[in-house]
Amino acid sequence: MKDEFEKRLENQPDERPKRQALRDIPIREELSPRTVRTPDGQEIKIDPLQDYFCQAGPTVQTPAYTKIIEDLFNWARAESLWILGFGTGCGAIEMRPLMTPRFDAYRYGIQWRPTPRQANLLVISGYLSVKTLKRAIRAYEQMQNPKYVVGLGSCTINGGMYWDSYNTIKCLDEYMPVDLYITGCMPRPEALLQGFDDLKKLIRAGKGEGANKYAENFEWYKANQKRVIKDWDMPDYNW
Amino acid sequence: MADRSQYPSPGPDGTLDIDLSSGKYLKLWQGPNHPGITGNMAVELTVCGDEVVEGKTHVGYLHRGFEKLMERRTFIQCFPIVCRICVPEPDFNEYCYAAAVEELAGLEVPEKAKWIRALILEMGRINSYLMYLGGQAGAFGQGVIGQWTTYARDLMLDRFEELTGARIYHMFILPGGVRDDLPEGFQERMEDTLQEIESTLSDVYDTMFRNAVFKKRAAGLGYVDPAVIDRYGVTGPVARGAGIAKDVRKDQPYLVYDQLDFEPVTANESDVYARADVRRRDLLMSVDLIRQILARMPRKGEVMATLPNVLHWQIPRGETYVRGECSRGEYGYYLVTDGSGYPRRVNVRGPSYTHAMALLEKLIVNVNISDVAGLMVSLHTYPPEIER
Amino acid sequence: MQSLYDNLKSLFALDGFEGQRPDLAFVNVSREQLRPLLLHLRDQEGFTHLVLLTAVDWIEDEQFQLTYLLHDRANARDVGVRLMLPRENASMDSVHDLWPTAATYQRELREMFGIDFPGSPRVDEDFILEGWTDLPPYRRDFDTLEYAQDTYKDRPGRETRDPALHMKEKLYPDGGDNG
Repeated sequence: MKDEFEKRLENQPDERPKRQALRDIPIREELSPRTVRTPDGQEIKIDPLQDYFCQAGPTVQTPAYTKIIEDLFNWARAESLWILGFGTGCGAIEMRPLMTPRFDAYRYGIQWRPTPRQANLLVISGYLSVKTLKRAIRAYEQMQNPKYVVGLGSCTINGGMYWDSYNTIKCLDEYMPVDLYITGCMPRPEALLQGFDDLKKLIRAGKGEGANKYAENFEWYKANQKRVIKDWDMPDYNW
Repeated sequence: MADRSQYPSPGPDGTLDIDLSSGKYLKLWQGPNHPGITGNMAVELTVCGDEVVEGKTHVGYLHRGFEKLMERRTFIQCFPIVCRICVPEPDFNEYCYAAAVEELAGLEVPEKAKWIRALILEMGRINSYLMYLGGQAGAFGQGVIGQWTTYARDLMLDRFEELTGARIYHMFILPGGVRDDLPEGFQERMEDTLQEIESTLSDVYDTMFRNAVFKKRAAGLGYVDPAVIDRYGVTGPVARGAGIAKDVRKDQPYLVYDQLDFEPVTANESDVYARADVRRRDLLMSVDLIRQILARMPRKGEVMATLPNVLHWQIPRGETYVRGECSRGEYGYYLVTDGSGYPRRVNVRGPSYTHAMALLEKLIVNVNISDVAGLMVSLHTYPPEIER
Repeated sequence: MQSLYDNLKSLFALDGFEGQRPDLAFVNVSREQLRPLLLHLRDQEGFTHLVLLTAVDWIEDEQFQLTYLLHDRANARDVGVRLMLPRENASMDSVHDLWPTAATYQRELREMFGIDFPGSPRVDEDFILEGWTDLPPYRRDFDTLEYAQDTYKDRPGRETRDPALHMKEKLYPDGGDNG
């Protein structure tokens, strides 16, 4: 019994007519391979996209050796969800009350962290313009496994109110693996807490497999991202 | 005075010749997401040592193409989408759009609806100022102020929910009036909320405005010369902090502001501390205005004018500009109609458009890196209205 | 506003003067008269605040209309200066030396409408859109729905159902008379 995502993976013929691009976007000057002069007089060759990034793609993380240890790990992951503090859209305004004593999220072990290296949950709060999508993908790829993505609001589900806009994406699932959606425009803080509780149940049941899905279908996700981000200046393997 | 002999000095015309390969400069990128701004906006800083020599703003992370979307929707379909242009203070969009459509369509708004509209706008203003205070203190390291003011803002959002049905996007003010009347007992609950807000404000005053660190860091930072106020299109508390009593509610009264007693709040030093003080006193004035509105509002009356058939509403050809005073400055809508059922062009003029772009690039020169966030918050910019 | 009209009429050749409200009026000028008129309004008449600079696309007349809205705070009045430009290769002189904030408006018009303002600071850089390879989006011949459907994939299972069509099929399943 295949789920909706697997069916979409199979029917992937791209028979939609591609629009003719009216101009080319060259790669930015500071990212192109070139020779530079260092302050102490040496001439060195640099290639920023190769030098600064690891060449290995994301790998699938296998579960622990025994089920009981994997359950223990899942319990630990669920009870300490650290959210990356990146407010990508409208929804960021309803995340602020969660940090205050009235709708306290800290009692559930949920914290906001400033850097992706210390976070394991990325909340895409609302619509994503194409410019922000590029940054969100960078942030997602810098987070360490296991990681989860929650889509907040109806704009991540089907484009929401901006269904005919030329700058927002319509279906977040195409670009990033999403574990849970929270509907609303805006969802209340209580709805957010309920969503986090559902996510915890999902993780404890062993179904929080978004990061592994990303690693397995890496080419498919990358092809989707490249179709909308026209000035692609990120390396193709990112760690 | 600090030793500035190692720093590059400006040329004869005042501009700095920045040679990036000389090893004296470093480029830092602050944004799009950092505690110094509510929304997504980036500033590309060129620093020399500890000081910024040049800043370039980058916007566009929240662009949805509202003005294009509104051309595809009829007049009545536009009003739910309009409040999402400015995320933390959405009611001004609804009011300005409704006022522009009413003016071009020749609709007359009933008296009670005007009072309710003014009430909602003042409540929104209080919410926005509370969020600002939390951000301003947080930019200088005092996280606790944000906790208190977000709680007070939640209490006011409860009143919004009681009145309009939603916490953030109310969709309450539409062309012709407002959607509904005040519920029973609203005045008593509002009075309780206002007293709670006033007690929070007095705590904030003691903790933030009388704090030695805040006074030292905020005084003298971000000086706005009163002579350039009009050249840079500066309005609102940024202009009032420089001593110019520019307030649209007093200069060109709209709604019922000509029947209320208030005076624009000004300060003279024109730095971050003065602007924060202006906003705090403006907040207290808004609390007083809400009490006056609730006391003087007519008890009975219609809240909605009779609209023509909204599914086939055609407005004759015309153009207009409507403005209002929101918490950040002057907010305006420029509406052009061409006789069909769709608006021809809607242009939203948000106050952050002028504050956060040209003015910020001018003020950021010679500011310490750690003060850049405090400066950005003190201009009170909300990036969604810059790129709509 | 009548006194303003009398003052301006003697100095400039105005194509039209429309009063919208007692405190708002629109003036039409030609391209050569724009800069002297703006200087006169700013320095002599007291309209020191440039509120907005925007464009309207009148595609059926093949023209862009530029609107410069100025505000005089001392007398609480606004004037909108309107100017028509041909749509092909539209470009206009920059006013960023009169008002530094005009540079931002001009950058947006360059990106969204394709109206060039040579000499304005940073006018060639990307302002709001990144990696945009199509027509300037605010033009009337750019169809945003078609672009969105071509570029972004919708979630499958989305369909629209017109209620009138639904009732017609329910009541007249054999496609009977259109009642």
